[in-house]
Amino acid sequence: MPEPRLTRLLLRLGAGLTLAFIYLPLLVIGLYAFNERVTQAWPIRDYSLRWFGVAWRDESVRDALWLSLLAGLGATGLALVLGTLASLAIARHRFFGREAITFAVILPIALPGIVTGLALQATIKDLLGPVGVGFGLGTIIVGHATFCVVVVYNNVLARLRRTAGSLDEASADLGADSWQTFRYVLFPQLRTALLAGALLAFALSFDEIIVTIFTSGAQQTLPIWMYATLFRPDDLPIVNVVALFVILLSVLPVYAASRLAGGGGVEQVAAGAAKVEAGAASAP
Amino acid sequence: MTSVAVVEPPPRRGAGRRLSSFLYRHPRLRLGALLALPVGWLGIVYLGSLAVLLLSAFWKTDPFTSQVVRELTLDNFREIAERPVYREVAWRTVRMAFLVTVACALLAFPLAYYMARVASPRTRNLLVVAVLMPLWASYLVKAYAWRTLLSEEGAINWALDPLGLHFNGYSTTGLWLVFTYLWLPYMVLPVYAGLERIPQSLLEASADLGGRSLTTFARVTLPLVFPAVVAGSIFTFSLTLGDYIAPSLVTSDQFVGTVIYRIYGTALPTAAAYALVPIAVIVGYLLVARRLRAFESL
Amino acid sequence: MSTGRKRLAGWALASGLVLALAAVAAGCGGGEEGAAGAWQIEGLGSTLDEIQDAARQEGQVNLVIWPGYAVLTDEFTAATGCKVNTKDGASSDDMISLIQTGAYDGVSASGNASVRLMTTGDVAPVNTELIPNFADIQEGIKNKDYNSRDGQAYGVPHGRGPNYLMFRTDRVPESTDSWGVIWEDESLERYKGKISIYDDSIFIADAALWLKATRPELGIQNPYQLTQEQFDAAVALLKKQAPYVGEYWPGDVAKQIQSYTNGDSVVGTTWPYQYLQLKKAGVPVKAVKPKEGTTGWSDTWMIYAKAKNPNCMYLWMNHMASPEAQAAVAEGFGEAPVNLKACELTKNRNHCSEFHAEDESWWEDVYYWTTPSADCADDDESTTCMTQADWKAAWTEIRG
Repeated sequence: MPEPRLTRLLLRLGAGLTLAFIYLPLLVIGLYAFNERVTQAWPIRDYSLRWFGVAWRDESVRDALWLSLLAGLGATGLALVLGTLASLAIARHRFFGREAITFAVILPIALPGIVTGLALQATIKDLLGPVGVGFGLGTIIVGHATFCVVVVYNNVLARLRRTAGSLDEASADLGADSWQTFRYVLFPQLRTALLAGALLAFALSFDEIIVTIFTSGAQQTLPIWMYATLFRPDDLPIVNVVALFVILLSVLPVYAASRLAGGGGVEQVAAGAAKVEAGAASAP
Repeated sequence: MTSVAVVEPPPRRGAGRRLSSFLYRHPRLRLGALLALPVGWLGIVYLGSLAVLLLSAFWKTDPFTSQVVRELTLDNFREIAERPVYREVAWRTVRMAFLVTVACALLAFPLAYYMARVASPRTRNLLVVAVLMPLWASYLVKAYAWRTLLSEEGAINWALDPLGLHFNGYSTTGLWLVFTYLWLPYMVLPVYAGLERIPQSLLEASADLGGRSLTTFARVTLPLVFPAVVAGSIFTFSLTLGDYIAPSLVTSDQFVGTVIYRIYGTALPTAAAYALVPIAVIVGYLLVARRLRAFESL
Repeated sequence: MSTGRKRLAGWALASGLVLALAAVAAGCGGGEEGAAGAWQIEGLGSTLDEIQDAARQEGQVNLVIWPGYAVLTDEFTAATGCKVNTKDGASSDDMISLIQTGAYDGVSASGNASVRLMTTGDVAPVNTELIPNFADIQEGIKNKDYNSRDGQAYGVPHGRGPNYLMFRTDRVPESTDSWGVIWEDESLERYKGKISIYDDSIFIADAALWLKATRPELGIQNPYQLTQEQFDAAVALLKKQAPYVGEYWPGDVAKQIQSYTNGDSVVGTTWPYQYLQLKKAGVPVKAVKPKEGTTGWSDTWMIYAKAKNPNCMYLWMNHMASPEAQAAVAEGFGEAPVNLKACELTKNRNHCSEFHAEDESWWEDVYYWTTPSADCADDDESTTCMTQADWKAAWTEIRG
């Protein structure tokens, strides 16, 4: 039952408008990176590339970028280990407390970030401060890993559900030990899911600010640098350049991940939109 | 899967092997080994932190130094309950979350419908990626982009100027636009997935029975996709409820997130008590959503 | 789907863990001492040479500052090997909570932060022998209750300034010289939605200052130490004003500068910093100290008691007291230097006289920010005043 012509036309129009609404602001902020002047007035009168050089030479930007990369790598590594272990347990075992674990994996992303951030800060300050653990890269990674676990978990779990547990058993029957089964049977099946999960976890960590503000102490990740700098009128041109850079940088791994997760539209939705999925699974 | 046939595992001996067989014979232990790290992490690091926060809602604050004093009290809850401002701010925030949700649903629907039922498979895949991308593009950059767009000399007022119009961007209405923008993809994707799951045959059956397209839409499509809209609304709602960055960029109105963020540094117990409000609202919302079968549509 | 029993058990497991942790949290309490002890901070060198050597090892200093306060940082890094990382605070409360994370070495504290930080022991006394430039600081600024205890210095004075009344001269009469323009009914009506107010509880003192001048029967002496009656009157005044306020600027100087530039705000309270920026950009604004007097600040660089880079912080305090840095920050932010040798180095040769660096009488009706205290910060035991916590709660309410 195809929709009538007029309906189709209206739908196309509506879809086009919504897409324009989504992309125009990104386009505009992208253009600002080429704005010669310090003032943010629209339209842009003179275009130039000079702020790219300024941003590149800015040491605080480079430090923040480096810290964001380190935090992203650390959080992704931790999330890979924790998420894979949890998904293996959930996919291959029925046990007491299974639902509680599913719930605990989801919770960090379902609750408002300010709650998570506040909770982590209170704990680090009160419990770890006295034993000499301070805010820094370590605590940033802890915070990020906590909500990145779910991304890896979802990707791996979805894959595990599509692969048969009997393969593991067959491997064991043929004399492989657990490690060998993981290395030679399970891992090849999970590889792309792990890679997609890792890319998404990295992207999530790289952009996070709401929790990071509470756990970073004196350290500045790139989003925190931006948040601090956008209140200083003279530095806005550098913020614009960094904004463009961040848009490009965070979109690439997502594109790659959605390709990795494979074929059709629905599967892409399922695999790529882990942010959305996270909440979906929070059905107790 | 082919790797099973191709790779021949080299035989291994020794402790690792014995441990492995032992674990295989004791599935409970194997499970324990799998779970130890993730449960330890989430249980101790995360739930433990939440417990510390919850507990601090019962501590006192020194009225001069603003230091937390570890004496139990219910004063923080009394403060939240008795000062009308906390209720007003919570109410304002919930209202904002509701309006953002409505706007997201209205904007998402045509796009999702087009993707699911009109577009060719090739266009559809492109559109899915096109919606996914901004979902992952930096939240802060998007909020910052809107701060720039909404300013007096920004692109929006530039576009309105020839029409003789003017929009006061740094306002509650401006914030509503920003939130709608930020969370829109979270609504599009579930609605799209919900629409795509409706079997074509059902719509044909409705047409065969004489239902005109509008009737079919109202009586078949909408009820079937409604749970998906509710599912999407979980995000638009909960994300709006806890945000403090976007409000700080475009308005000076108070919202739950901004109040908590403002007071936590020198009144952590009050902030912790107030943080229970968004938690309660979201848990309540999830329960309602479950009733409406929203989770099944995700 | 699992059974209800299973789910219950799962929850029980989770709550057990949580409770155990909460118990640990409850156990690790206390530990907050009163005032700190000696000025010796772990790792701090005991001579200037030792400090300079140790600073090269530390290689960095992390500071909580008011926007624009860290100046000549490249020169400082080149001279000492300490990289300077700064974090802007939006309010004194903000700065206290930042320094208490333990991640910073020092802070540029205003009076309403410094007294609290000394009381909690979060900042340490300083050995002024190890800060050569301290000797050049104006004597009148040293040894005040906001930067010392019992004659022991708790930091190095930074500079002082007033909170101005600022207005657009094309919208507000040039002759305006009273705070009445943001408090009186008729004027509130006239500038409705165009008033710009600092977003912090300390602004209650500005209301009290106006009441001090206009309602003598309330008997307000010190705008920071208010009895219940005085406080209620100030809060009522602020609530009356709130619907007319166009923007509250929480340290978001960019937003205030923008709103004055395009005329969204035409009158309100500001720091000299925004005024200078607007002037520089050619916006027709004027800033005055109204005839009722004003609130203001006299700031102090303080060192965190458990600073990780104490040597760099000592060098930083010395740096900020130097004539060069004092001149740069005084002109950059718009305040009076406290090292008068800076007056020779300012680009505007009249800066010191324009900002009344040596004119003590000008500062007599500038009330420096300080922390409200239950004992009214006086020796009279019969009086009680509203506390910082009351101020803070009231501000949330005023903002609505």
